[in-house]
Amino acid sequence: MHYKRPKADVVIVGLGWSGSTMAEELTRAGLNVVAIERGAWRETSTSFPTTRNPDELSGSIRKEILQAPVTETYTVRNKPGETALPLRKYHNLTLGNNVGGAGTHWAGASWRWQPFDHQPYTRIMERYGAKQLVDGLILQDWGVTYDDLEPFYDRFEKIAGTSGTAGVINGVKQPGGNPFEGSRTSPYPTPALERTRANILFAEATTRLGYTPFPVPSAMIGAPYTNALGINLAPCTYCGYCQLYGCGNWSKSSPNICILPVLMQRPNFTVVTESEVVRINTTPDKKTATSVTFVDSDGNIGEQPADIVIVATFTLDNTRLLLLSGIGTPYDAVSGEGVVGRAFTFQTLSWAFMFFENEYLNPFMNTGALATQIDDFNGDNFDHTGLGFIGGAGIQSLCNQGLPIGMSGLVPEGSPKWGKGWKQAFQKAYQNYAQIQGQGTSFAHREQFMDLDPTYKDKFGQPLLRITYDYNENDRRSGRFIRDKCAEIAKEMGAREVTGVSLADQPYSGYTPWDSSHVQGGVVMGENPKTSVQNRYQQNWDIPNLFVIGASSFPNNAGYNPTAAVGATTLWTAKAITDLYLKNPGPLVRL
Amino acid sequence: MVDSSKLVYLTPDEAKLVGAVFDVLIPADELGIGATEAGCVTFLDHQLAGPYGSAAKDYKLGPVVEGLPQQGPQSIATPAEIYRKGLAELNNVSQKKFGHPFLNLTEEQKVAFLEGMEDGTIDFETVKTKDFFTLLLQNVREGYLADPMYGGNRDMVGWKLIGFPGAVYDYRDWIVSKRGQKIDVQPVSLLRTG
Repeated sequence: MHYKRPKADVVIVGLGWSGSTMAEELTRAGLNVVAIERGAWRETSTSFPTTRNPDELSGSIRKEILQAPVTETYTVRNKPGETALPLRKYHNLTLGNNVGGAGTHWAGASWRWQPFDHQPYTRIMERYGAKQLVDGLILQDWGVTYDDLEPFYDRFEKIAGTSGTAGVINGVKQPGGNPFEGSRTSPYPTPALERTRANILFAEATTRLGYTPFPVPSAMIGAPYTNALGINLAPCTYCGYCQLYGCGNWSKSSPNICILPVLMQRPNFTVVTESEVVRINTTPDKKTATSVTFVDSDGNIGEQPADIVIVATFTLDNTRLLLLSGIGTPYDAVSGEGVVGRAFTFQTLSWAFMFFENEYLNPFMNTGALATQIDDFNGDNFDHTGLGFIGGAGIQSLCNQGLPIGMSGLVPEGSPKWGKGWKQAFQKAYQNYAQIQGQGTSFAHREQFMDLDPTYKDKFGQPLLRITYDYNENDRRSGRFIRDKCAEIAKEMGAREVTGVSLADQPYSGYTPWDSSHVQGGVVMGENPKTSVQNRYQQNWDIPNLFVIGASSFPNNAGYNPTAAVGATTLWTAKAITDLYLKNPGPLVRL
Repeated sequence: MVDSSKLVYLTPDEAKLVGAVFDVLIPADELGIGATEAGCVTFLDHQLAGPYGSAAKDYKLGPVVEGLPQQGPQSIATPAEIYRKGLAELNNVSQKKFGHPFLNLTEEQKVAFLEGMEDGTIDFETVKTKDFFTLLLQNVREGYLADPMYGGNRDMVGWKLIGFPGAVYDYRDWIVSKRGQKIDVQPVSLLRTG
């Protein structure tokens, strides 16, 4: 059966962080908004009760909260010319499958990106010139600066109840915070969390080495807090069931606790769940988006017309939906022309794994983002002259895991993996294992992109998205540099055994243990239609009533997690829609 | 809570055989009971009967071709199928290699056999031996360390081994006061027993 829903002012595809943040702004401005979400309805009290939630097997191991590959997956290859194959099993890209999206199960690191991260091209050219760039690297500014975004970072933090210690307020450095952060107009809404034993060892070691440790700003609410929408959030309990779990305590920032309780009460908001949007429809001249087509939970085909179409799905699916809809010019790696699917980036991770002797690190007391970090080697906070790369990493003592099945393989090199010897090794290692993560920048490259796979299809017979990605030379150089810094700190912490690893030294795989889930780009915002799909307001250059929001807009990845930058750019775009576009519908940037 | 009184996927012979393998991987010793006594076979049996056993979440559409190692597993064989085939072959290979079925081997021979599976020097025809071994080891650890409601981790033996408090949902009292200190506490499961 085919059916058409009544026309809405706005249709939003996907109700994760970006979709729900946008919906709250636009419904508050009086618009009639319909959101269409592929996953199911989920709410704190009934979906994540504390009497059921603390269960490692269904959470971290079977990953029951995630969207399954059977629903949709991606094909991957390292280089053009190779044959891409599907990710058949659960892999490192952790998509949500519910209202709240990945924002329900995320780890919670809540970073404002640095001024450099939003304007990398201008800043690299000013300081080093083009000689600093490896061959094929794509570097471009966003068209929006940190200063433009600061009020929106501030607003997002006050919706999320972000915990942390401010480093710079109105240009003045603050004790205990990150001296490298962009200047803030106000402190974090809630105080930083307590440190673990591992965090303290890291803080002491980095201080001795002359660096400046600070608490990672996080989604784990630091104290009882009434957020910007009037919702009462509760303090984090360090339960340790965070990443890959919903929070049953009302204490991890998520759309489910920070936005939806208010949004669902608004008569001008509707969410259609368990319905997958398969196409954006346009007028024949491709100048106006008219509606979206979706398949509902009964298998019926529905259509939702709207004056404004906002695409807010998982990063990669934003690109896929444009390609499936024939919107924009697909990127061609041979000519370097085209924009949709261009500038795909990942995250360059380095690690130091450590084993101490006779410690009680009590790893089960943690959060998804309980970490102490240094930014001395992040972004452009240090002189790269002669190093042959740009970027760096946030280096952090990360206490985000203590559950037994996940820890059962974490025994020192050469220990038995089974038998009596394993039992002894595991008993000791469980309390003595710690890790330092170097969460590195990722810059785009001519040979990193997404397009539609020529062979593999989803359950509806539509092409899967194909990812062509491998680390580039810039990543490999920065990864090794950061790996050595991680290992240096680990040794200073007094660890008995230290193993340093740079993941960029191996070919990219969707299954690499310890790897990131962060992907960006494909529908980037920018200043030039030849190198971006959208203008600085995340408005399509050719279709003024189409906005694609989320990390797909970012032409580079910082040495941070992307969520708060997604929140800030979403709020920035929401304001452009309510204050500029509604008064005069049309292109907000004229070339 | 699973019913341990009857098998739901494995045959009695398969259950006995996988129990013998599990007890080499996680044996009884002064640190606690072994895998079978802890309920790991019951755990596995129920896992294989459910969506995990049938790999219900995997993408299984073709073409199915082997790729580069970094492209990940391309086989669409399910855990339930791998166990059925792998356990059937385990005894045949044991007979050929040691002249006895696996259950009749000495402790040293069992260890040698599993080491051969682990490093690939023992070769099965119907399943990838290394993959089968990896699955056995992963599942026995899951059974020994998952919440007891799944049928394993009897008396929370796996959690007591390492000092894991279990299904606790609030550590605010300990995050500072027990920092760097040993915590002696009786663990608690979602069944609220023990």
